[in-house]
Amino acid sequence: MLGLDKKDTSLLIIVAILTLLAPFILNPFPAGSAMAQFNAGYPDLMQRFVIFGIFAIGFNILFGLTGYLSFGHAAFLGVGSYSAVWMFKLLSYNVIPAIALSVVVAALFALLIGYVSLRRSGIYFSILTLAFAQMSFALAYSVLSNPKFNLTNGETGLQVYADDPQIFHRDSLPDMPHLFGLSMRSTYKLDIGAWSFDFNVGYYLCAVIMMVMFYLAIRIFRSPFGMMLRAVKSNQQRMNYTGLNPRPYTLAAFVISGMYAGLAGGLMAAMDPLAGAERMQWTASGEVVLMTILGGAGTLIGPVLGAGFIKYFENIFSKINDTILHQWFSFLPDGIEDFMVFIVHPFIGKGWHLTLGILFMLVVIFLPGGLVEGGQRLGNWLRNRGKRSGEAKTKHEPAE
Amino acid sequence: MSKNQVTRRGVLKTGAVAGAGVALPTIFTASSAAAYTNEPTGGTVTLGFNVPQTGPYADEGNDELLAQQLAVEHLNGMGDGGCLNTFTSKALKGNGILGKKVQFVTGDTQTKSDAARAAAKSMIEKDGAIMINGGSSSGVAVAVQGLCQDAGVIFMAGLTHSNDTTGKDRKKNGFRHFFNAYMSAAALAPVLSKEMGADRRAYHLTADYTWGWTQQESIAAATEAMGWETVNNVLTPLASTDFSSYIAPVLNSGADVLVLNHYGGNMVNSLTNAIQFGLLDKVANGKDFKIVVPLYSELMAAGAGENIKGVLGSMNYNWQLDNEGSKAFVKSFGEKYGKPPSNSAQTCYAQVLLYADACERAGTFNPCGVAEALEGFEFDGLGNGKTLYRADDHQCFKDVLVVRGAQNPTNAYDTLEIVEVTPVEQVMYAPDHPMFGGAEASLGECNSGA
Repeated sequence: MLGLDKKDTSLLIIVAILTLLAPFILNPFPAGSAMAQFNAGYPDLMQRFVIFGIFAIGFNILFGLTGYLSFGHAAFLGVGSYSAVWMFKLLSYNVIPAIALSVVVAALFALLIGYVSLRRSGIYFSILTLAFAQMSFALAYSVLSNPKFNLTNGETGLQVYADDPQIFHRDSLPDMPHLFGLSMRSTYKLDIGAWSFDFNVGYYLCAVIMMVMFYLAIRIFRSPFGMMLRAVKSNQQRMNYTGLNPRPYTLAAFVISGMYAGLAGGLMAAMDPLAGAERMQWTASGEVVLMTILGGAGTLIGPVLGAGFIKYFENIFSKINDTILHQWFSFLPDGIEDFMVFIVHPFIGKGWHLTLGILFMLVVIFLPGGLVEGGQRLGNWLRNRGKRSGEAKTKHEPAE
Repeated sequence: MSKNQVTRRGVLKTGAVAGAGVALPTIFTASSAAAYTNEPTGGTVTLGFNVPQTGPYADEGNDELLAQQLAVEHLNGMGDGGCLNTFTSKALKGNGILGKKVQFVTGDTQTKSDAARAAAKSMIEKDGAIMINGGSSSGVAVAVQGLCQDAGVIFMAGLTHSNDTTGKDRKKNGFRHFFNAYMSAAALAPVLSKEMGADRRAYHLTADYTWGWTQQESIAAATEAMGWETVNNVLTPLASTDFSSYIAPVLNSGADVLVLNHYGGNMVNSLTNAIQFGLLDKVANGKDFKIVVPLYSELMAAGAGENIKGVLGSMNYNWQLDNEGSKAFVKSFGEKYGKPPSNSAQTCYAQVLLYADACERAGTFNPCGVAEALEGFEFDGLGNGKTLYRADDHQCFKDVLVVRGAQNPTNAYDTLEIVEVTPVEQVMYAPDHPMFGGAEASLGECNSGA
């Protein structure tokens, strides 16, 4: 289907089902119950899942295929966000021009940075991209936000003010990002028994775009162009000796992955019309590297899983506080309850980084192929459970 | 013969169409049943406390959280009641808000606008928070205030000192109890003039972001008005940890006062560098060299240690203030946590009580009703003395403290001593003051999310 083989088609269908039914899948616990703490099916987080999914898919096209580790991808995300908000400020709250411009600007920016950075490979490339990203951050944070020439509005973040031109804005349109009048914030709440599910317009827009982007990524992975990128990763020197110039391929991959990042940035602004400079900071660049490695670099679905995993921790674990812990352990005698809270306390709330760090270590040590490898091992184990040992081990496929 | 054959496919089709039909009228609205965002329907009401738990201002954030928890306890009638006993409005009865028990959820702003908005959104969308309170920087305050305006909930700002929060970025749903850069300058200038003379030459080091600029602008304007000269203003990158290269030129610039428009870790480092260079022992233009830190906090004072001795600055509140409200609050806070409350803790505590009280007086949680009850509200007994919540820009007007690093602190907490309590009349300004967005700044319309 759509030029894909059977395996890729089923992967695409699984992704489509997962994203479209996310409001149900992410809200497995009844709204009032104690476990509702772990529900992730509210609009903001669902949007983040798919937006960072797009970001990580794009990053993976560069890192997973060519092996070039960019440490400055957040710069493209930030540039995308700023362009989108500027479209909101100048034209109207319609998300189409905003998203379009964010992709275009990110592409130009990536072309510029890629042209310079790709002259080096390995660690030097990483450092160059990191330097560019930090430069962009500093520019956005203070240099380009001085009162005389205010492009980014600095620390506060670029946002839309009532006195902005917004030349296509009419009173009948909602006063927040919309798709031809359909507000990104509008949510339909479906109550079934004790459960409550949110269906949000913004989420479904992002979800549809992510599916398209996922499809595009599959096509790139399977194309001759993708094969060239893999060749760059496996042995660039050999490629040179055969008379092929890898630079155009790597630059194309860099720009494509920058455009993915720009798209993600544009969507972030479309969901919440504010662009902060922190989006460009090196921690944000590092985050997408973590997402990709955690999920499984070079695999199709891995980065999306990794993105979801990290965002879940950031938003759910960071909100568990001691009061909630006391509720959980309230069935225990007082002394033991306090003891349990004391033990768990460092890992929740502000300690979510610690929990994530431990999990990241475990994944990297025991599942070098990321969560995808974990899934494959589980699948193999389930398949082989019935059969007794002595049978030839199933062929070990590379993580894909 | 009946033709009504029930097939599986038919049932599914009809079901789907009927479902879509039922859903259609409501699909375009945020929430059809509630009169406003997150209307509390059960026996409880949820407040959202959004404070920096990680990042550079984590200490302040955790102190805010302690105060917020204390406020919730007092609202629910537990503990000793704290300021409920001294608060001049007697609408709160210690039985929650409007008879509903108060619950709270917490979020981590990380002192980043993005993260702060994500945390606030999750509290509003997932946990049903009806009010967001807290924060320890102006960028975050402005970003979250905008979000609350769009979402239709009330924002009670925590520590935010930039003029913009209630200046050009003011919002109908947002309220600030903390003072601002203009007030700092207006309170400090006369004291500086008295202590250092009216013919000083000042050198400014300014953190290069929104708050730093408004702070510098305010201080320069106020000191120039009384005769000082501003020699130079150097912007320092926010991420700097070593300010030696910025301090060195100060000595040769002909200046005799150094103004550090820095906050948090920045201020601790720049002040330490300045002391290391021996600035305070120097004599310039025939006068003793002086250092001024316009915005002080207890946590910064603790971080800078010995170095703050004799350095002047301003504060919103100090636990050593001697009034009934302050005493009740310090006692309550101290008994529970074993230390006096900080500046930021007090502002969050006061904000939570003020919100609860406004709900009681309005008789509703509807943000529009609450905003109306807060506007123009005059009160006393929350620690700052007589205070007005001005209707024009949702800024609190109260006395401002000018403080000095204590020469001989007797314990870890009295590192600052109060020099003067500047009366509120002296720090008043017009709502359309040019530093506050001028005539164009407007609160906009109240949004209840309906």
